[in-house]
Amino acid sequence: MLKFIFNRILIIVPMALLVVTVTWVLIRVAPGNFYSTERNLPPAIEENIKKKYGLDQPWYVQYGTMMGNILRLDFGDSLKYQGQSVNEIIARHFPYSATLGLLAYLLALAIGLFAGIVAALKQNSAFDYGTMAAAMLGLSVPNFVLGPILVLFFSLYLYWLPPARWGGPLYLIMPVVTLAAIYAAYIARLTRAGMLEVMRSDYIRTARAKGLNEKTVLLKHGLRGGIVPVVSFTGPALASLLAGTVVVEKVFAIPGLGNIFIQSVLNRDEPLILGIVAFLSILIMIANLAVDISYGFLDPRIRYE
Amino acid sequence: MSEHNGNLLSVNDLRTYFQTEDGIVKAVDGISFELKRGETLGIVGESGSGKSVANLSVMRLIQEPPGKIVSGDIVFDGIDVRKLPIDDVRKIRGKRMAMIFQDPMTSLNPFLKISTQLMEVTQLHLGHTKQQAYEHAVEMLRKVEIPAPEKRVDGYPHEFSGGMRQRVMIAMALSCEPELLIADEPTTALDVTIQAQILELIKGLKDEFGTSVILITHDLGVVAGMTDKIIVMYAGKIFESAPTRELFAQPANPYTKGLLKSVPDPAHEHGAPLYQIPGLPPDVAHLPPGCPFAERCDRAKDICTKEFPPFVQINEKHHSLCHFAKEVYAASGGE
Repeated sequence: MLKFIFNRILIIVPMALLVVTVTWVLIRVAPGNFYSTERNLPPAIEENIKKKYGLDQPWYVQYGTMMGNILRLDFGDSLKYQGQSVNEIIARHFPYSATLGLLAYLLALAIGLFAGIVAALKQNSAFDYGTMAAAMLGLSVPNFVLGPILVLFFSLYLYWLPPARWGGPLYLIMPVVTLAAIYAAYIARLTRAGMLEVMRSDYIRTARAKGLNEKTVLLKHGLRGGIVPVVSFTGPALASLLAGTVVVEKVFAIPGLGNIFIQSVLNRDEPLILGIVAFLSILIMIANLAVDISYGFLDPRIRYE
Repeated sequence: MSEHNGNLLSVNDLRTYFQTEDGIVKAVDGISFELKRGETLGIVGESGSGKSVANLSVMRLIQEPPGKIVSGDIVFDGIDVRKLPIDDVRKIRGKRMAMIFQDPMTSLNPFLKISTQLMEVTQLHLGHTKQQAYEHAVEMLRKVEIPAPEKRVDGYPHEFSGGMRQRVMIAMALSCEPELLIADEPTTALDVTIQAQILELIKGLKDEFGTSVILITHDLGVVAGMTDKIIVMYAGKIFESAPTRELFAQPANPYTKGLLKSVPDPAHEHGAPLYQIPGLPPDVAHLPPGCPFAERCDRAKDICTKEFPPFVQINEKHHSLCHFAKEVYAASGGE
């Protein structure tokens, strides 16, 4: 098990470098650069800028320098935000996204699992139909629609919640709900399907034949098998939630990583783009690793050598 | 016991129907049988004949919806199980009546240790402490002849072979020394060599615990050596019921005769093609008005497709559902 984890962590490093390389190539292939404006720069100035940032070197030297920096976990300074290192920027903005993402993740899990389990137990009941209709709605309404609707209703009409920005807990409610909605809906559907599948299986019939009550049958015998599909979904979901969701951060004017990421791409701020890409890819790989490890705890038939 | 005419279980006119898109499926349609203490009953029939549903009904394990026990009495030791609140049924299930299922590969919970699955039965019904339940689990595994039970008890189902898993199922079913054991095709999914071992095991434990057994199978060879009496089911109905010896010696139903003829007999007819009953079992959602077997029966007359056959009493313990039961009985006596 430890060896498996160790191996997987070893793989994360080359994978992240590969992702960074692909990103670097894409930035270079795309037309334009960080200093280009509508006006053409005088050749002498352009020369100077290129020299300063090492852009006059052949591509393999540039690539080598970039890789060397990244291997030392030093992404350099942002080109746009003068005097700020990429690491500082990520450290400053990630906590907003992480708080939002983690809360949304927990909310989605709580609502999704509960709704899915109850819907499966009361299959074809009013609760089942109601939940699944709500889940369908949750999946179908994009968050850039849901967010403004919530703002319209709770802020502009009822005056209950602040419409945007980062403040106390009240500020968190709407962004978290907006972010969680789709995930909760998805988890509810996965849970329901998983539970229905398991509750029809032979070993559940065996459990009932033993005289166990429905609660024990469900929680002790049904749940573990039923939530396996949910677990495989929640790993990547956690990563993308933590990484920040651009739309929700935009709608609610939250200074999270997603917002910065989009800005960095628009600015062609190469070090910042590469830094965030490397950071997010590592985050996603760790989340996937966590899922694989939790499979082992969930299902005894899975053993890692 | 004597207060219920010596019957541990008596089922009277049981009807279990399923609501499907195709209409109402009468999976079990008016069957009656009795089982004395210590007795072994065989229920034989093709797939879909209703033999499993009948016994799941006895355990009240029919999923509702789509299934429903629409009528009949299921009296277990004087208790009408059908009318019992489900919480009280749970006190009987696993304790006084237990069940072994067809597929040992899927009937054990793959996520839980064998010990957990065995212990929860006695903790629930016998009030065992963890320690007691654990020791009892090891003891039960020893009884079903699993080697090194004190080690294997901590294993998971996937570490056991099919035959071993069925042994675990048997250990689980017999944990509380039930008065009734229902074995639903316990050997169908197993290798032939293992089949005999499992049957021997059930037989031995039945004698040790004095358990009554209902053995469901489609294999006449299985019931021949183990049962006191046999019920032959077809299309949700009992086609013939008789003491084992008599059923084999002198069947009174063409369907039973067909089944008996389909058993391969290595001593005779070497090289001859194996007999099979022509056609397929009928669609129980759309049964014809006459005898459900008429289409496949080699001695069907006009009356068979028009009128439902009577349940003819041949002698005290022998009944057959056929317009010509007595003729068939007489004919097979002369064979």
